[in-house]
Amino acid sequence: MRGIGTIVRYGLEEALRRKVFVVVLLLTAGFLFLYWLGNHYAFRDLSGVQAPAGVDARDFAGSFVFGLAMFATLFLGVVLAIFLTIGAVSGDAERGLLQPLVVRPVGRSSLLVARLLGAAGVCVPYVLAVYFASMAITASEGHWWPDRIVVPGLELAGAVALVAALGLLGSVFLSSIANGIAIFMVFGAGLVAGLLGTIGHALGSHTLQRAAKIAAYVIPVEALYQDALGQITANTQGVTRFVLQLGPFGGAYIGGTAVRLWAAAYLAAVVALALFAFARRDL
Amino acid sequence: MPAALAVSGLAKRYGRVQALRGVDLEVREGELVGLLGPNGAGKSTLVKIACGLVRPSAGAATVGGAPAGSRAALRQLGYLAELFRFPGWYSADEVLRLHQSLTGSTGGEAERTRLLELVALADARNRRVEAMSKGMQQRLGIAQALVGEPRLLLLDEPTSALDPVGRRTVRELLERLRGGGVSVLLNSHLLSEVELVCDRVAILLDGAVVAAGTPEELAQARGVEIETDEGRRVYEDARREDAPRIVEELVAAGRKIYGVSVRTSTLEEVYLDAVGGETS
Repeated sequence: MRGIGTIVRYGLEEALRRKVFVVVLLLTAGFLFLYWLGNHYAFRDLSGVQAPAGVDARDFAGSFVFGLAMFATLFLGVVLAIFLTIGAVSGDAERGLLQPLVVRPVGRSSLLVARLLGAAGVCVPYVLAVYFASMAITASEGHWWPDRIVVPGLELAGAVALVAALGLLGSVFLSSIANGIAIFMVFGAGLVAGLLGTIGHALGSHTLQRAAKIAAYVIPVEALYQDALGQITANTQGVTRFVLQLGPFGGAYIGGTAVRLWAAAYLAAVVALALFAFARRDL
Repeated sequence: MPAALAVSGLAKRYGRVQALRGVDLEVREGELVGLLGPNGAGKSTLVKIACGLVRPSAGAATVGGAPAGSRAALRQLGYLAELFRFPGWYSADEVLRLHQSLTGSTGGEAERTRLLELVALADARNRRVEAMSKGMQQRLGIAQALVGEPRLLLLDEPTSALDPVGRRTVRELLERLRGGGVSVLLNSHLLSEVELVCDRVAILLDGAVVAAGTPEELAQARGVEIETDEGRRVYEDARREDAPRIVEELVAAGRKIYGVSVRTSTLEEVYLDAVGGETS
C-alpha cells in the first residue's frame, strides 16, 4: 500500500508540474463560459425554439443543450484520461523513467494499479465537477433539471475511468503515439456506432439498431454514455421521449443495471489483462 | 551465505536474436565484478534480468538466494540503468525521497544528505534534474541506486557521462562500498576503470562468457624484457620464472644488467584477444 500511495502521488505531481491541470482548467473554464452563453440565449429565446409537435419546448431545449454538455464532458474527460495514461508503460520505459521505479520492491501490479488510480483520481472528479457545473448552469438559466441527477454523472465518470484503463492496457503494448491514436479511434468508433443506432431508430431499422447495440457493448464507454443520455429524460414519455432518444451525438437508450454491470466487468477484465501483460513485459 | 548474484545457464531470446546463451556468473559478497564486451554482447540484458526488468528464456538468476525480480530480490539491490531519466521537475532531494519511499528506507534526511555528499552533489540538493548536467544526473542516479543500503549494486555504464574527476569520485565510491561489504556488478566499456577497481572480470561475446577471472589471471605472459649495456631486448617466449636464468646467462656473458621487466598483457589486450576485434 505504501508503494501504491507513493506512485499515485508521483502521477498526480507529474500532472500538476507539467501544468496539465492548468491547461485543463483554462479550457474547462472556456467551455463552461461558452456553455453558459449558449444556455442564456437558448432559454431567453425559448419561445423561438421550434420544438417538434407534441414536444415540450423547455424539455427539448434543456435536454438537448445538457446532452451536448454531457458529450463535451465525456470528450474532455476522455482526452484527459488518454493523455494521463498513453505513455504509462511503453512511453515511460522508452524515456527511461519507468525502470528506476520497477526495480523497487513495490511490484509491477501495484505500480500499474497506482497509475490507474492516479489517472482515475484526476479524471473522475473532473468529469463529475464539469457535469454538475453544466447542470447548475442549465438549471439556473433555463429552470430545467434532468430526470436523474447523479446516475448520469457517475456513468460518464465510469466511462472515463474505463478509457483510462484501456489507455493503460494499450500502453503495455504500444508506443505513446500509437496508443493515443488507438484509444481515440476506439472512442470514435463507439460514437459512430451510437450515431448509426440513432439513424436505425429514426428509420426503424432493427438491423442497424442491433449492430449499434453490439458495438456499444463491445465498447461500453458508448453504452454508458447512451444510458447516461437516456437517464436525463428517463421519466419523459410519448413523442417527446422518441424525439429526445435521437439526442445529440448518439442515441439516448436506457441500458440500466445490465450496462453498468457489464461495464464494471469489462473494466475488471481490462485491468486484469493489463496486469497480466505488464508482468510479462520486458523493459 | 548465498552469493549476492548467481546466474546459471542464463539464456534470453528476443524474437530471432539470441542475446544470451547459457551464461554462468557469480558475484560474491563484497566482490566487485566487471562485465565487459562489445555492443550487443548481452551485458545489459544480463543486468536487466538480474534486476527483474527482463525475463530469461532459460536458466536462473538469484539475488541473495531470492529469484531475480521477486520483491525479496529487489529489496537487496540498487540499480542504475544505462539509459535512465528522472522527472525533470524533481529536485535531487525529491528524487531520493521518492526512492526512499519506494524502498521503505527509514534513513530520512540524514541518508539523503549522506548520499548526496557521496556523489558530490550536496550543493545541488535543491536543484531540479532538468537544470543538471548529464554528469550530475548520472551521479544522482548512482545516489538513487544506493538508497536503502542495497547489498548488491548493478551499475550499467555508470561513468559514461562523467568527466575524469567524476570518474575518480565514482571509482573511490565503489572501492569504499566494497570495503563496506557491498557487492557490485559493473558493466562498462572503460577498460581502464574496470582494471583499476574490479576483483574479477567477465568478458561477454555474442551472449556467452568467453573469458573470466581476476585481471591477473586473465593477463597473459608477453615475454621478459631486459635492459643491458647493449640496449633493450625482449625474450618473447620467456616467462616470469625464466627471468633469473636469463639474467645469470647474460651476467656470465659479461653483460651489465640495468633493468628486468616481466611483460604481461593489459586488460585491453586481453579484451581484444577475447572479442577478436568485434565492435557491435
